[in-house]
Amino acid sequence: MTTTPVRQTVTLTVNGQEYTREVPTYRTLVDFIRYDLGLTGTKEACSVGVCGACTIELNGRIAASCITLAVRADGADITTIEGVADGDTLHPVQEAFINYGGFQCGACTPGQIMAAKALLEHNAHPTEAEIKEWMMGNLCRCTGYYQIIESIQAAAEAK
Amino acid sequence: MHDFTFHAPDSLSGALDLLAEHNGDAKLLAGGTSLTTLLKQSLIAPDHIVSLHRVPGLDSIEASNGELRIGGLVTQRDVETSPVVKEHAPLLAEAYRRVATVRIRNVATVGGGIAQADPAMDPPPSLLILGASVVATSTRGERVIPIADVYADYYETTLEPDEIVTELRVPAQPSGAGWTYIKYLPRTEDDYATVAVAAIGSVEGGSIADVRVALGAVAPTAVRASVVEEALTGQTPTLGALREASQAVADIVDPTDDPRGSAWYKRDMSVVFTRRALEQVLGVS
Repeated sequence: MTTTPVRQTVTLTVNGQEYTREVPTYRTLVDFIRYDLGLTGTKEACSVGVCGACTIELNGRIAASCITLAVRADGADITTIEGVADGDTLHPVQEAFINYGGFQCGACTPGQIMAAKALLEHNAHPTEAEIKEWMMGNLCRCTGYYQIIESIQAAAEAK
Repeated sequence: MHDFTFHAPDSLSGALDLLAEHNGDAKLLAGGTSLTTLLKQSLIAPDHIVSLHRVPGLDSIEASNGELRIGGLVTQRDVETSPVVKEHAPLLAEAYRRVATVRIRNVATVGGGIAQADPAMDPPPSLLILGASVVATSTRGERVIPIADVYADYYETTLEPDEIVTELRVPAQPSGAGWTYIKYLPRTEDDYATVAVAAIGSVEGGSIADVRVALGAVAPTAVRASVVEEALTGQTPTLGALREASQAVADIVDPTDDPRGSAWYKRDMSVVFTRRALEQVLGVS
């Protein structure tokens, strides 16, 4: 067994910008994003892929960055919550979460936004049942979920 | 987390060579949703990880001669949404649709799920009753293994350490037959089942012509309820017959106590949900 961490070079694109970092092979993608790149919008909560706080877009599909190794994401195209707004113009999903009270403490919100944005890109006018099925992997301990559903419905209508 | 060397070969033969070289000392990583969790929890500590994310050619879904051929690196989401799968084996699409959340299915692969062999996963009961088989490839060649012979125990398979699941083969579902996958769970929909039942059935001339049923999450592997199938074949489909035949499931399951239910409860619910699945697929009410 080696005593110093095995390190490897990872090059990937996050929010349109290419980054190269040398990291231990065991570095998770969420830690890479937060600590190696300093993009702390993405949160880690459950650490086992269940709660949705660490949701990012990986090569066009949402994924759990807490159970993805950074070395496996080498060469990937990633979008995090920092890449959702267009400059100072918020994404319609972000606007809706503000206008409809889709968050309180905010810990789950980046993951909620990433998941909701992916839902509307996949299905522009989801039914309430479709919203619930898609979003069930994003836990929230504050809102009671109804305002999150209303926010997503409002964002769908705004589009 | 334990320290390991990470390999990312760009061909299947490269991956197979690495597995042969580090035989028994390397773990395969496909989507990584299970393996990374095991690594983080220090439940496994391999010195080498061979990732398949650069290996091309194992990500297609095709139908030929009444059989689906699904590459080992096809994501579970792609099985769920595939028009070809929905046409030939809607039960299979439904079973994969019920796995965890879309965020997991987007990444988790068919081959990875089979090799992980968690008995509470959603696809295994359906794979059993559809008569699926697995193509396992190593530097020594290929072998085709019936899925029932792949699952050995909790998280254990008969796959060799140097083998890769390169393909899942699934015969088309009989057209016109009833089918269902019931995932019974008292917690949230993305959780593992307390009891899961997959069933297919058809009635011809007033008697049961074809009936297949298997259960998940209630034994060290998914289990096929052959005893129920044999008791019902040729019988008149009545509620009484289904109720009586379903009782036999209590003797073939071997559940454990866990937060999803006590062993006795899971055993009882295995009987109940087997009967309900049979009612659905045989049109009995």
